Amino acid sequence: MNLAGIFGLAFVILFFGLMIILAAAGRNRPGRQLREIPAFARLRRAVGLAVEAGTRLHVSVGRGALTGLQSAAAFMGLSMLSRIARAASISDRPPIATSGDGSLSILSQDTLRGAYQTLGAEGQYDFSSGQLAGLTPFSYAVGTIPIIHDEQISANVLIGHFGSEVALINDAAEQSGSLTVAGTDNLPGQAVLYATAQEPLIGEEVFAGGAYLGAGLIHEASLRAQDLLRMLLVIFIITAALLRLFGLDSLILDLLAGFLP
Amino acid sequence: MRTPISTAVAILVGLLILLGYFIPLEPLLSLRVMLLQWAVILAAFALLVGVVNLFRVHWIKVKTGQPAGFYSFVLIVALGLTLAIVGYYGPTSAPSVWIFSYIQVPVESSLMALLTIVLAYAGVRLLHRRLNALSIVFLLTVLVVLLGTAPLLFIGEAPVLNLIRDLIVQIPAVAGARGLLLGIALGAIATGLRILMGADRPYGG
Repeated sequence: MNLAGIFGLAFVILFFGLMIILAAAGRNRPGRQLREIPAFARLRRAVGLAVEAGTRLHVSVGRGALTGLQSAAAFMGLSMLSRIARAASISDRPPIATSGDGSLSILSQDTLRGAYQTLGAEGQYDFSSGQLAGLTPFSYAVGTIPIIHDEQISANVLIGHFGSEVALINDAAEQSGSLTVAGTDNLPGQAVLYATAQEPLIGEEVFAGGAYLGAGLIHEASLRAQDLLRMLLVIFIITAALLRLFGLDSLILDLLAGFLP
Repeated sequence: MRTPISTAVAILVGLLILLGYFIPLEPLLSLRVMLLQWAVILAAFALLVGVVNLFRVHWIKVKTGQPAGFYSFVLIVALGLTLAIVGYYGPTSAPSVWIFSYIQVPVESSLMALLTIVLAYAGVRLLHRRLNALSIVFLLTVLVVLLGTAPLLFIGEAPVLNLIRDLIVQIPAVAGARGLLLGIALGAIATGLRILMGADRPYGG
């Protein structure tokens, strides 16, 4: 195993360990507050209002392929879909999910079905509530726009992998007067979301949805583990930069290589 | 029994792929490649299922005479024609390439052009929606980078703007992007680990 592999595996194990420890600590000391993210506060309100007003929520999980690097954002979108479907299950008009990938479309249908089954409300499930909107970036955006206009949508949650085409979806949401909470793992997409979404989620906020929508202790623990490890990485990067500045980087690498088999 | 079995299979496969990524042992590597190949084949089938879902949703819209039913009818006809032509002549044949070059590319290019207008308008609306220091910095940066990239009317290239653009693109933009990527990477690892622990189950488990 090379040095990068050892560090990578150690980092994943450390992350896993921290999540377990922080989840156990959270169980013993409940009620610890997370920092306020306005997007999630507005989303919680929007879910409540949609249930009361009989309007629909739209969750779009993007077009990230599950076999690619974008799968994490897509899984986060599915997790949000599950939470929202549970929260809005008593509504007359259940949430609708759109995606731009075949596998994601199946998983979004399965997520909705699973959420209703858990609540004993299988009758709420309809196959058309999990739709494949299109297979190319623009066909996906254009396929999503009619849903926003025609389905009495009061709030749109866009979490997954999106590119700049997401601006067309946000523009349609703005025109129909519905709220948009949106986040993506794609950097140009984030810049577009900052300009076009009413409540953009920037950086790792995309992955924080579960913790803010009450998905459980492990979501909160993973968020706190992320914060701790980010600090650790910042210290590591600054130390590495200083070592490089003083010409000590090669010495450290030689020392580390000496420990390897 | 469905839940524990699907969860156990998902966790086991996830762990094998993860270990195969870090530990260069031949059996693990081969297993990882094989499982990923299976995933790619399943994704291709999922694509077909997705297209069937698309057809069903639009067919119901046509059948029930919904307001946008005409567009659904156009979609179904276009889908049928494309499938028939590409299926009969092959994906690299002249008729298939014609459909791609003279229908899909122009339509998507038009949408790209529309996107530039939407983005310009969104930039102006941003000041109305969220008037704060960050929004002003965002818009000023966009303006400087745009003016520094495109040749200006009657002036041509402006060396000062080019210099400022290069400074922005090479230093603060790269630093900011790395910070964001770091956060996204940590979030992605956390999501992956939650799935490996069975806390998140986006597979019907």
